[in-house]
Amino acid sequence: MVSGKRIWSDFLVFSRGYLRNKFGLFFGLIFPVILILIFGAIFSGNSSGTITVYTQNQDTGPFPPPQADVASQFVSALNGTLPDGTRISDTWPIRVELVDASENFTQYLADHSASDGILIPDGFSAKYVEAQMVNVTVYGNPTSSTSGIVSGTVNGVANLFNLERFQGSPVISVSSSTVNTEQTQYVDFLIPGLIGFSILVSPMFSLVNISSEYKKTKLFKQLSLTPLTKMEWLASKVLWYIVLTTVSFLLMVTVGVLAFGAHVTLTVWLIPFLVLGPMLFASLGMLVGTVTKNPETAGVIGNIVTFPMMFLAGTFFPISIMPQYLQSIAHVLPLYYIVEGLNNVMVYANYNGAIIDLAVVGVITVIIFAAAVKLFKWRED
Amino acid sequence: MDGARKDMIPIEVSSLKKYYGDIKAVDSVSFTVDEGEIFGLLGPNGAGKTTSIEIMEGLRKRDEGDVKVLGLDPWKDGYKLHKKIGVIPQEFTFFEKTSPREAIIYYADLFGVKVDPDEILREVLLEDSAKVMFDNLSGGQKQKTGLALALVNTPELLFLDEPTTGLDPNARRAIWEVIRGLKAKGKTIILTTHYLDEAQQLSDRVAIMNLGRIAAIGTVDEIIAQNGSGERLDIHGSKELADYIKANTDLQVDYRRGRISIQLKQKIDALAALAAAEQSKLDWGEIHTRRDSLDDVFVKLVSGELDEHGEIIAASKTNNLNSKTED
Repeated sequence: MVSGKRIWSDFLVFSRGYLRNKFGLFFGLIFPVILILIFGAIFSGNSSGTITVYTQNQDTGPFPPPQADVASQFVSALNGTLPDGTRISDTWPIRVELVDASENFTQYLADHSASDGILIPDGFSAKYVEAQMVNVTVYGNPTSSTSGIVSGTVNGVANLFNLERFQGSPVISVSSSTVNTEQTQYVDFLIPGLIGFSILVSPMFSLVNISSEYKKTKLFKQLSLTPLTKMEWLASKVLWYIVLTTVSFLLMVTVGVLAFGAHVTLTVWLIPFLVLGPMLFASLGMLVGTVTKNPETAGVIGNIVTFPMMFLAGTFFPISIMPQYLQSIAHVLPLYYIVEGLNNVMVYANYNGAIIDLAVVGVITVIIFAAAVKLFKWRED
Repeated sequence: MDGARKDMIPIEVSSLKKYYGDIKAVDSVSFTVDEGEIFGLLGPNGAGKTTSIEIMEGLRKRDEGDVKVLGLDPWKDGYKLHKKIGVIPQEFTFFEKTSPREAIIYYADLFGVKVDPDEILREVLLEDSAKVMFDNLSGGQKQKTGLALALVNTPELLFLDEPTTGLDPNARRAIWEVIRGLKAKGKTIILTTHYLDEAQQLSDRVAIMNLGRIAAIGTVDEIIAQNGSGERLDIHGSKELADYIKANTDLQVDYRRGRISIQLKQKIDALAALAAAEQSKLDWGEIHTRRDSLDDVFVKLVSGELDEHGEIIAASKTNNLNSKTED
């Protein structure tokens, strides 16, 4: 009964029309990439160029003669300038932002959502002059791409000072301490979120629009006069949005990795999400378009269904930062399981969790697809 | 058409009824359409034309009555029927970013048939716009695309629902040309229209529909003979003159757009009418006698004339069916 050939020819006509419509192409492919660029740029800090590092110099004196304030010289070196005033390099990777010695430094880092910080202890200069061991603490987040650069730079400067006076023996040592700020994982987390966003938005809005418009312009009636069946029609749309979502996925991952050094795991586990997701939301869009009376109502209902998912399902923000009652709402949104599943696969490599998400998505998809085909009418009673 | 089907009547409709709530959109309509003829359903908007044709196409469910199209029940056997018929729905539309040529290939794939797209495009006089996107086509070219698609499965029977509505006179004539060509090939065609000239030009037989019923059916001559009033005297003159003649004779006088039309029961009535005109001292111009035209009969049957969009003007109170029914 179901004919692959008819699905294919409907797919060809639809995809050709889609590709010829620049507006659709923009929203399907370019828009999610733009979102990654915007959100990535806003939240990932100085991912390209100089990294700003909060630094607290607790050594406020008194300073021993004759070297006086070694701590300030160390800070200056962290900024790329040697005590004699020469620049170490033109492309120095970090810029020090001094924090007042009276501040609680770890609290300050947390309050400023900073993933990197340097602490120079009290008595630093005196100990250096007396060749006593002194420790500089570098705060960082192992998942942040900037932390490695900062810690490498601080180690380099410490070695420079050790060489200068002690032939390399480690008077100044560097220890690292971990800070846990949400923002440091933002880009890694943003990519699965925005992939979820594009899985939702493109097929959903498109199918709401198409199915209500085709009903109004009687294009469905016309198609009903051909051997094409409702299920074949929907199947070809699903097929197209799987293709579009996959291309969009690859674009977003490429941009995320190249522009923001995002860490993502690519495995075959992603495939079921990239197949079921578009199928779910294309069907849901068609369901909305088909049970509403006109394109205007369909648009409104489509928005009512889509917007809560867009913001509450963990696309732009992790749901863990939301209040409990919003988290409860998130758990009834189908997109939540897609985004969580993508996070489980791409970020946490938690495949047991992904299987549960996949099962939930699979069941919802089958129900919605069947309901869309069943309730959708080509012709009128 | 193959010999085995020679005896089959392509369309048989008897006592067809369709209600929309309390409104009788189609009320006890019966007719047959013979093989190879063009059958016209003529009537104002809301007469029940589109509802009737959609029931025959299997797009709407009937409430009562019997409908057989190519021997099939269109609602129950729609899937089977659709492979054998060609349809242009009212206000035909298609995917915006698809060309007529691509549309034909698409339909051929759906029907699982092999066709030469260029031949079909030639048949509907659309070769020049074969590669133009649908949303850039003119109204007439869009309708021709519809015709082309209706022909892809080489149907025995074609349904054309208001194929020229809204088109300019040249485009209409071009569509008529195509329809005549199809008739010449032996296709059976059922056509709805609110243009009298279209029905008259194309149809072998016409059914005039009004308020869901068939008011008259037959060839144009038969309809005129059955419903016409024989001879008429036409006088070019004013409404005032028409009223004067009406008041001073016992003749039936109609007035339309500067033309006074008087029904002649006998030839001597003409003298009475002219005497009254002369007596009135009002101006009057050209006079002539003629037989009733389809226009006269139509105006009488639907109690009014139609405007460009198929709405009744100068209608009697009962003429407008609920606006929710769309044809």
